[in-house]
Amino acid sequence: MAVTLLCLAGVFLSAYLWLYKLGKIGTLACGSGGCETVQLSPYARFMGVEVSLIGLVGYVVLLVIALLSLQPRFAAAGWPVQLLAALSGAAVLFAVYLTYLELFVIHAICRWCVTSAVIITLVFALSLIELRRRPAPGGG
Amino acid sequence: MAESPSSLNRFYVVLGVLAAVAVGALLYLMNRSSTPTVPANVKVEASDTAGFRGYLLGSATAPVEVIEYADYQCPACQSFDVVEFPYVKERLIQTGRVRWVYRDFPLDQPHKWTRLSAHSAACANEQGKYWEQHSSLYEAQPEWSVSNDAGDMFRDFAQTNGMDVAKYDACMSSLRYAGRIQASSDEGLRLGVNSTPSFVIGGRLYTGVQPYDRLRALVDSLAPVKE
Repeated sequence: MAVTLLCLAGVFLSAYLWLYKLGKIGTLACGSGGCETVQLSPYARFMGVEVSLIGLVGYVVLLVIALLSLQPRFAAAGWPVQLLAALSGAAVLFAVYLTYLELFVIHAICRWCVTSAVIITLVFALSLIELRRRPAPGGG
Repeated sequence: MAESPSSLNRFYVVLGVLAAVAVGALLYLMNRSSTPTVPANVKVEASDTAGFRGYLLGSATAPVEVIEYADYQCPACQSFDVVEFPYVKERLIQTGRVRWVYRDFPLDQPHKWTRLSAHSAACANEQGKYWEQHSSLYEAQPEWSVSNDAGDMFRDFAQTNGMDVAKYDACMSSLRYAGRIQASSDEGLRLGVNSTPSFVIGGRLYTGVQPYDRLRALVDSLAPVKE
């Protein structure tokens, strides 16, 4: 359930940043001013796609899987948690890359991006704990 | 993660309430301000600059072309536009001696609203009201520069200048001129512009506010008035 709540928070956080890039939200609520520097840098796009949009789609996918894993009919199956761990693991690597860019390339920190990195790390950690607690049937 | 159906239902209710609150907060943020953000460093497409080489004023056959690189939020540009430009317009442009080309050179730091103001002028241009909006922006620069929501003031100028406000709003929220503004800035950088206002006259770059007398002297040297 905690994973589901975290994914929901991630959905809205990335939606907020994406709406900003679309020009739908005037300025970002960001005390340091680093958010706009990061959001307006060329690194706010990854392979031509807005990073915030990638985040939004990723969190929605994770949220759907997290909701499925709560359903009694999927509770016995291990795959939703395995998928959650695999996808959030990949997302953590992506967050590490983005945090590296913020610290060493753009030289500005966007607190919303840091919050997202913390959320995805928690999702990954909690998925791993769940995976270890209840291994998939037939799995190692 | 197996939960009892009743606790699961309670969780769904909590989740639904949280989602509704978050959607409400986003909608509030979107409606709070009519001010979009014009992104910097966007990728410039060929269509952004097709057929556009700046905002032109004056005769196409004028012997001298002056290209001004400026930022609506720069106080020196404001001083030039309000104090010197009326004379330039009346005595050099309207007399057919000079063709003026205005190009955006937004200084994002520290000018928070520079791109938005440039975009507002570009949207005014769509409705044939570029120079009206240009003047309104410079005249009221001291007020909107310090505003938290300059977009509302730009919209008021659009209305005062007789624009179709619905069309103006659609143009502003589309951000369709972000690439053109960037292209103009990139071209200025290529020419060596690093401060505003800067002027390219007869292929040479002049930086800083150029008083009318100096501009006239330059124009006289490039295209002497026939006796």
